[in-house]
Amino acid sequence: MVFERYVEVGRVALVSCGPYKGKVCAIIDVIDQNRALVEGPSTKQGEEGVPRQAIRFKLLQLLPYKIKIAHTTRSKALKSAWDKESISTKWTTSIVCQKLDARKRRQLLTDFDRFKLMKTKQRRQRLIRLCMGPKPKDKANK
Amino acid sequence: PIKRFSLRNINTISIMGPKAPAKSKSKSKDSTAAGKIRKSRNYEITPGVVRFSKSRMYHKKALYKKIKHGKREGKKKEIKETVVKKELGGKNGGFRMVRKKKAPQFYHPEGCPKPRLRKRSTKIGQGATKLRSSLTPGTVCILLAGRHKGKRVVFLKQLQSGLLLVSGPFKINGCPIRRMQQSFVIATSTKLEVGSVPAHLDDNYFRRIRLTGSSSGKKKDEDIFATTKEKYEVSEQRKKDQAEVDKMIMESLNKNPDKNNLKKYLGATFGLRHGMFPHELKF
Repeated sequence: MVFERYVEVGRVALVSCGPYKGKVCAIIDVIDQNRALVEGPSTKQGEEGVPRQAIRFKLLQLLPYKIKIAHTTRSKALKSAWDKESISTKWTTSIVCQKLDARKRRQLLTDFDRFKLMKTKQRRQRLIRLCMGPKPKDKANK
Repeated sequence: PIKRFSLRNINTISIMGPKAPAKSKSKSKDSTAAGKIRKSRNYEITPGVVRFSKSRMYHKKALYKKIKHGKREGKKKEIKETVVKKELGGKNGGFRMVRKKKAPQFYHPEGCPKPRLRKRSTKIGQGATKLRSSLTPGTVCILLAGRHKGKRVVFLKQLQSGLLLVSGPFKINGCPIRRMQQSFVIATSTKLEVGSVPAHLDDNYFRRIRLTGSSSGKKKDEDIFATTKEKYEVSEQRKKDQAEVDKMIMESLNKNPDKNNLKKYLGATFGLRHGMFPHELKF
């Protein structure tokens, strides 16, 4: 299988573990075989980004976005390159991000919320079945 | 050089300030207006060890003059341990000695066992069992044990014994006003506004009624073959109280904007489904 996402300076990655789990950052430099220097400006208002630090490659999930930066650029330059490619928008509108958010929201549901959700799903299904009409009888089973 | 203060040196160090050293007999009290330093009769030999013991000091200070002791108890009255009992009928010596207090029937092999700690204290004023902070009056709870397990009920208040007073409401899910153990209840974050419960609903009110005719009662003239079992019947008082309490809960339910869902919610039973892990669920 051909690899499409490479570890390179400017590759945008998702942090999968640790205190910055779920946040997006760019690889600024490669330290050694296991670690990269990363930094990520905040993608959502009110949320902090990923501060400049060394992260193991194992904790990063490479994304299909890339920004044009030189290795070890300053935070300011990084941010401007980030905004130029509008990575924040690309990320927040991506399916992966939406799925992660949905998972988070589901985790925070209370018992009552879960009940209401179940009832809404039931109602929706009933309407769908009504629209679909009665099931046609299977000729093979006759 | 600063002289270290210790009980030993107390006679030679002047705390009040530099003073003409040594010449003045240290026995004399330093009679400055701001506090007197008495010569201590005792002193430390090494840290923690004093020269004169407590009993020596007692005598040195003549505390027998100063400390007044209460009147000592008089000699204890002799308690007769045995009592003479006259034995009638011929050849048995005429009398025997009987213990007034019987000897214990059982001597514990490991010495006297400690009395069991009472887990539930019903001290008035002092909260018996600590109520979880998530349980406030009006909280919807999930019952985990008992007849009504799985049901979502409304918590009303904590009773004196520490048990929780809950109600279905009865109309919605069939759970009456009832007591429940705190440990068998999950408090959800759904809260209703309920007023105060009538005061006569206390632990005494919910005390179990023993039915006559059940295994406990043994009457002499009872027919062994009688198959009459006394059935438990709900008293009128209970019905009345149930209606009163439920009215209060229904009122608060109807005021809630989400009332339809809430009523259905209270009527539904809780169950774990596929992929639901209690330690990960938020209630």
